[in-house]
Amino acid sequence: MSLPLPPASSAIETAVGDEVHGVSLWRGAFKRLRRNPTAIVGALIVLAFVLLSILAPLLTSYEPGSAEWSGQVTPSSVPGPSEDHWLGLDRFGSDMWTQMVFGARQSLIYGVVSTAIGLAVGATLGTLAGGFGSIGGRYGIWVDTVIMRFVDIMLSIPSLLLAVSIAAVLGQNKYAVMIAIGTAQVPIFARLLRGSMLGQGKADYVLAADALGIRKSRIVMGHVLPNSIGPTIVQATLNLATAIIEVAALSYLGLGESDPAVAEWGRMLVAAQDRFDAAPQLALLPGLAIAITALGFTLFGEALREALDPRSRR
Amino acid sequence: MLRFVLRRLALMVPVLVGLSILLFAWVRALPGDPARSLLGERATPEGIDRINAAYGFDRPILEQYFLYVKALLQGDFGNSIQTSRPVVESFTERFPATLELGVTALVFAVVVGVPLGYLAARNQGHLLDTLVVSGSLLGVVTPVFFLAILLKLVFADLLSWLPTSLRADPRIDATHVTNFYVLDGILTQEWDAALDAAMHLVLPALALGTIPLAIIVRITRASVAEVLHEDYVRTAEAKGLARSTISRRHVLRNALLPVVTTIGLQAGLLLSGAVLTETVFSFNGIGQYLFEAIGQRDYPVLQGFIIFIAIVYSLINLVVDVLYGVIDPRVRAA
Repeated sequence: MSLPLPPASSAIETAVGDEVHGVSLWRGAFKRLRRNPTAIVGALIVLAFVLLSILAPLLTSYEPGSAEWSGQVTPSSVPGPSEDHWLGLDRFGSDMWTQMVFGARQSLIYGVVSTAIGLAVGATLGTLAGGFGSIGGRYGIWVDTVIMRFVDIMLSIPSLLLAVSIAAVLGQNKYAVMIAIGTAQVPIFARLLRGSMLGQGKADYVLAADALGIRKSRIVMGHVLPNSIGPTIVQATLNLATAIIEVAALSYLGLGESDPAVAEWGRMLVAAQDRFDAAPQLALLPGLAIAITALGFTLFGEALREALDPRSRR
Repeated sequence: MLRFVLRRLALMVPVLVGLSILLFAWVRALPGDPARSLLGERATPEGIDRINAAYGFDRPILEQYFLYVKALLQGDFGNSIQTSRPVVESFTERFPATLELGVTALVFAVVVGVPLGYLAARNQGHLLDTLVVSGSLLGVVTPVFFLAILLKLVFADLLSWLPTSLRADPRIDATHVTNFYVLDGILTQEWDAALDAAMHLVLPALALGTIPLAIIVRITRASVAEVLHEDYVRTAEAKGLARSTISRRHVLRNALLPVVTTIGLQAGLLLSGAVLTETVFSFNGIGQYLFEAIGQRDYPVLQGFIIFIAIVYSLINLVVDVLYGVIDPRVRAA
């Protein structure tokens, strides 16, 4: 026996038609971004940073961390810009420009990998908590509660201190810093995604999909998650700024990369401190580089948030 | 109100229990024998026996956990491997320094930030607004330790206007009652000591306060700008009320609620920033203590530190929540 179908096909056609001719959220956001000068400045800074990082070996003929010219450096004088070294030397006798561009590469790798770790773990936890919490019934709420109590434990320690503690436990190696900073970001992503998914969970389209008998996992992954992920992507962009600052901070606390052949902005800053009267640029360059890079990601992230905000759509 | 506070306190319990399990598991998860990991490179057979006996590592795992929690509840957060001193003792001794620094930084951020944000919102689009907005953006992205290093190098080392490091000049023989140095100087009427301690606070507090300052400016500006467009402000203007009355009674009162929330949220930032700022200025608070412990891989100190920070941080957040209830009656009712 078949139930008579309600005459809803025309409504559906209209809705589908709108979708085809309408502007998608991301395409609309991109359009708004292109018109926003703040976004363009942010994007240009980020682009410059990424290009410097990728092209680092082509932009200099020297090796990072090579102390080839250490003979020219004395406690009271560090050679400034010259024909061969257009940013001068650092206090160990390495070429400063080489250190700066390879430092950019290091920051990019550390920032991206640690944010990716935080995003992957945090979004998984957030999706599980938000998905089970919104349409998982009684059992689902239980899953949500367990995950969120775990996230609360991580939130009971300020994020940088959490990163410091984890890095201290893992010991000084390449991955410790990435894992530490990534883990410290997990609660932010988990809470944000869970929150927006719970909000979407009550939407009509979820009820409709549920009533149609679509599998819950498919509703969550195919409908709720894509509609909730926007703020999390924005947060990831903003977190890249924080991650780059935190990598330098961990270095500063003696928890960063220990290999002297690797150029790292935070460690360059530490090393430059006692030569400030002779060569202030050794501290200023890496410090400003960190701040400008963080500024780029922050400007771009905030513009992206504005562009994705439904209130700014027309 | 009391029920609200009790409920919040009860919510802290599962978090702290969870944290204690994680920290307990952490030391056991370190590769090899826990005593050896705790001692690190300084491991000697006697040292390992001593640690095994002290921590009960030879007993069943569940019993070990209960012993650990029992010790925590009795206020025993373990002893430093480096100095053998109880972690709690060093902590309580040094915490006033961090609190003194944090509170000074926050007061600076609020006292400068709220008026600046208000002025910027009142003069939207003008030069002042542009300067304040771009300045606050710079404040947010500048790493705390970079700013701290710059302030120290310029104002202390190059210009010698302010002291470079420590909490007080060691040559001044000050009496310490509370370990809040400025307060001690005032209480004992040793004015030179109070002034000296205050001078030592200036640069670290400026460095630590800058990010909260930038955040407070941004929130105040946004919040005031929003309130200025409200109907009740236009009504007040139409009634012919004096501009100062409107600002005080209508604009600021409503605009400051999100600002107060933001101020409360700075606790975590201040605690994290304190570790870096104290390290730059050798300011002897818990941040400096943590830095030393990291350098020496002093795991019991790290472990005790994490639990202690979690308790302090949760309590600060509780106080902030209670304060919201006092300021905004709507929160209390909810």
